[in-house]
Amino acid sequence: MTMPVSHPGPTPSGIRGWLLAPEPKGMLQALLQQLYQAWLRFREHPLGLVGLVVILLLIVTATAAPLLTQYDPIAQNMADRLAPPSFEHLLGTDNFGRDVFARIIYGARTTLNIIILVTIIVAPIGLLIGTCSGYFGGIVDEVLMRITDIFLSFPGLVLALGFAAALGPGITNAIIAISLTAWPPIARLARAETLSLRQMDYIAAVRLQGASSAAIIMRHILPMCIPSVIVRVTLNMASIILTAAGLGFLGLGAQPPWPEWGSMAATGREFMLDSPWVIAAPGIAIAAVSLAFNLVGDALRDVLDPRGTE
Amino acid sequence: MIDVENLTVRFGPRSPLVVKGVGFSVPRGTAFGLVGESGCGKSTVLRAISGLNRNYGGRISLDGQPLEPNRSRSFFRSVQMVFQDPYGSLHPRKTVRSQLIEPLRNQNLPINAHIVEDVLKAVGLDPGLGYRFPHQLSGGQRQRVAIARALILDPPVLLLDEPTSALDVSVQAEILNLLADLQKERGLTYLLVSHDMAVIAHLCSRVAIMNAGEIVEETGIDQIRSGAVEHPYSRRLLSASHAYGKQEQRSIEELISF
Repeated sequence: MTMPVSHPGPTPSGIRGWLLAPEPKGMLQALLQQLYQAWLRFREHPLGLVGLVVILLLIVTATAAPLLTQYDPIAQNMADRLAPPSFEHLLGTDNFGRDVFARIIYGARTTLNIIILVTIIVAPIGLLIGTCSGYFGGIVDEVLMRITDIFLSFPGLVLALGFAAALGPGITNAIIAISLTAWPPIARLARAETLSLRQMDYIAAVRLQGASSAAIIMRHILPMCIPSVIVRVTLNMASIILTAAGLGFLGLGAQPPWPEWGSMAATGREFMLDSPWVIAAPGIAIAAVSLAFNLVGDALRDVLDPRGTE
Repeated sequence: MIDVENLTVRFGPRSPLVVKGVGFSVPRGTAFGLVGESGCGKSTVLRAISGLNRNYGGRISLDGQPLEPNRSRSFFRSVQMVFQDPYGSLHPRKTVRSQLIEPLRNQNLPINAHIVEDVLKAVGLDPGLGYRFPHQLSGGQRQRVAIARALILDPPVLLLDEPTSALDVSVQAEILNLLADLQKERGLTYLLVSHDMAVIAHLCSRVAIMNAGEIVEETGIDQIRSGAVEHPYSRRLLSASHAYGKQEQRSIEELISF
């Protein structure tokens, strides 16, 4: 099989040498070495790196928002409404005279918030339902998969709309609504992986150690499903961001005056011809972040999913 | 140590029998071989004994005690299995050390500080390999890790499912010598399944020859060596393995004699 990426010439020293040492001395070193190997493979995807830079930029922007702009994203200034981009207002101002650049930067917080919360909700639910369904089979599989089918059969945005309408508009409800439609594909994926994994000899070997089903699923099957789930979630992130923006656009996501890219685009729509920056800025931000997640997802698939490459 | 009486296995309620009333017994501390062509049901017998396949008929007893189809947890401390393919039998994302500790965790046994080093040394591996992942090991090293994993619970019985057939010839000999040494040191009872007469002849004292789900003949290893088998199928199998594997067999025997 494959040995670690070879490193020609003299053995490297320092931290790199430690990361490439053929015989790791401890658990931490062994894990960091695996991560380093993955990074070496990821580095070979230039588009993936571009995407990674955009995502890192999003994270930095969201965390350091107050340092990046002196404007309050909510403060209105009617005297200065719909001002075109200038040195004072880098991306101009909107119909209430609020700085668009500041709103984009604070809007990154909303987007990051949605991304993190949806991932935290969706990945564990999908993994747990999928692996249990695949491992136990029979009646458990039937029941869990029919539930999954019910959620899959709803069009995502419509279910999210219905939910947001029923629970009332707001960012929290939007996140719940998006999560409800985002977990079934993850569960399907984890189930398919589990079905092939449970035939493997190394799972049989664990069964022959007297391990309980819970131990087998949690310690042996789940870790094998995580890489493909990471890839899937990353690739789905674009549609999650778009759904969130869509809910915002329709007024069912984050509530004004709090900045959210979707609702910013919705207000910009009215002034599109005279003041295009009001809609262009959030539109470009949404597109860039969605594209970045797709690029990173593609690169991660090559790195983490053993089927494609090795 | 292991007694099998009238064992029958079928896959699915209406499908034909794959194993048709097999019976044999393996005395404590001996190695017993099951030999036959692919698809004769020998691995199925092993999976039924190990508890991996619970849908069987007949009686399997360990140490005189009849076993339930649903094996108890303590059963696995007495019987462990080594699989055919060392590329499939080790978890790809766990280090050697964590795979070796896993049986102890699952049996709720204390994890002694030196136990991993000791078992790695026992199978002839450098303890420094403990933090490697399986993909950083060769096929022979992997099979040694698989044997170490089976030995860490200190079971008196090992079930060996073609433990060398996925390895190349020189490594086969190393693994066979290791298994022979371990049996001598620890007084293990082996049940070895193989299609390779040379492998069986090297490890086992008694052999059962299987064909189409039945044992056609049970005999001592000397009869196999001298070709003094009675059943026509056994004779055919023996002559086929001589004709086909002459070259390979000789090279194994040369390596073993080192």
